[in-house]
Amino acid sequence: MSGSGAREAVFPTRQSLGLMKSKLKGAQTGHDLLKRKSEALTKRFREITRRIDEAKRKMGRVMQVAAFSLAEVTYAVGGDIGYQVQESAKSARFRVRTTQENVSGVFLPAFESYQTEGNNDFSLTGLGKGGQQVQRCRETYARAVEALVELASLQTAFVTLDEVIKVVNRRVNAIEHVIIPRTENTIKYINSELDELDREEFYRLKKVSGKKERDAHAAELERAEDKDAAMRKEKASEAERHDMLGEEGNEDVIF
Amino acid sequence: MAVPPSQYKDREFIAVIGDEDSVTGLLLAGIGHVTQPPDSQKNFLVVDAKTDTAAIEEAFERFTERKDIAIVLINQHIAERIRFRVDNYTAAFPSLLEIPSKDHPYDPEKDSVLRRVRRLFGE
Repeated sequence: MSGSGAREAVFPTRQSLGLMKSKLKGAQTGHDLLKRKSEALTKRFREITRRIDEAKRKMGRVMQVAAFSLAEVTYAVGGDIGYQVQESAKSARFRVRTTQENVSGVFLPAFESYQTEGNNDFSLTGLGKGGQQVQRCRETYARAVEALVELASLQTAFVTLDEVIKVVNRRVNAIEHVIIPRTENTIKYINSELDELDREEFYRLKKVSGKKERDAHAAELERAEDKDAAMRKEKASEAERHDMLGEEGNEDVIF
Repeated sequence: MAVPPSQYKDREFIAVIGDEDSVTGLLLAGIGHVTQPPDSQKNFLVVDAKTDTAAIEEAFERFTERKDIAIVLINQHIAERIRFRVDNYTAAFPSLLEIPSKDHPYDPEKDSVLRRVRRLFGE
């Protein structure tokens, strides 16, 4: 039934009916577009989660290899190099930069690793012995960190996309379940009110024309009556005239 | 909605909270950075059995609040000790990564991100 359910506070006029209709159309178009966006993002999201899963497994393997190469270093150097390494770390050689990727209007940040040239904090590490192992360990760990950076950028994309998908879905649902029904309700309400006005108008016109007809009829009758009366009067006067003229009843006077 | 570029354009370092071996290896790869004195801040923290949880939490807090760190690496067994904080950390930057260590193999069941993935797909 119209009038039930939420509707917007508008006056039921033809103008607002037109407004509501264009609004409904806009809402439907927007809903379709947002739905498509959400689908595209979800597709991307699923792909990313799959790649995260793979990357995490890969990370496990790479870190294992790296840990093994560090054990080799410890063996070759013949002592723990941890303290020395921690103390000599000064400036990062291995850094990341952030780039963006555009997926259906959403900017997904992605990390990219790069190595700065020239500064080597660990040129003295393994100088006595085990330098080769240290070198190899550094390479292994650099590869591991690259894998980690890749994983981190996937994960950042995951977090960002998750957020965006939530927002888009909320919008889609709001349009589908709130805005469209409310606009439809408003249109129904305006239509019913306009119909009601039309019926009222029709009834009024009928009333008016009935009254006019009645009046005309009455006037007709009156006129007829007048005519009748006039005729009768004429007749009567004629009769009188007759009477006045010929006194038929009277006996002829004979001279 | 999308993250503004100002959030991540200056981030270029990788921070690490881990046991001695992990930190040593990652530093050898060249991620170690100490900021200019006087407040020379390291971007790594070595955790052993004697380090108390409050210190780990404090370092975690510090690394996630710094504006020049893009990725925070944390050993999974250490993340386990501050699990509550790690699970509640949902910001995109810096991104938080749980890594395996030598003595503790990687367990996908405990990873905060993988758990979120599984929850989203209703498993």
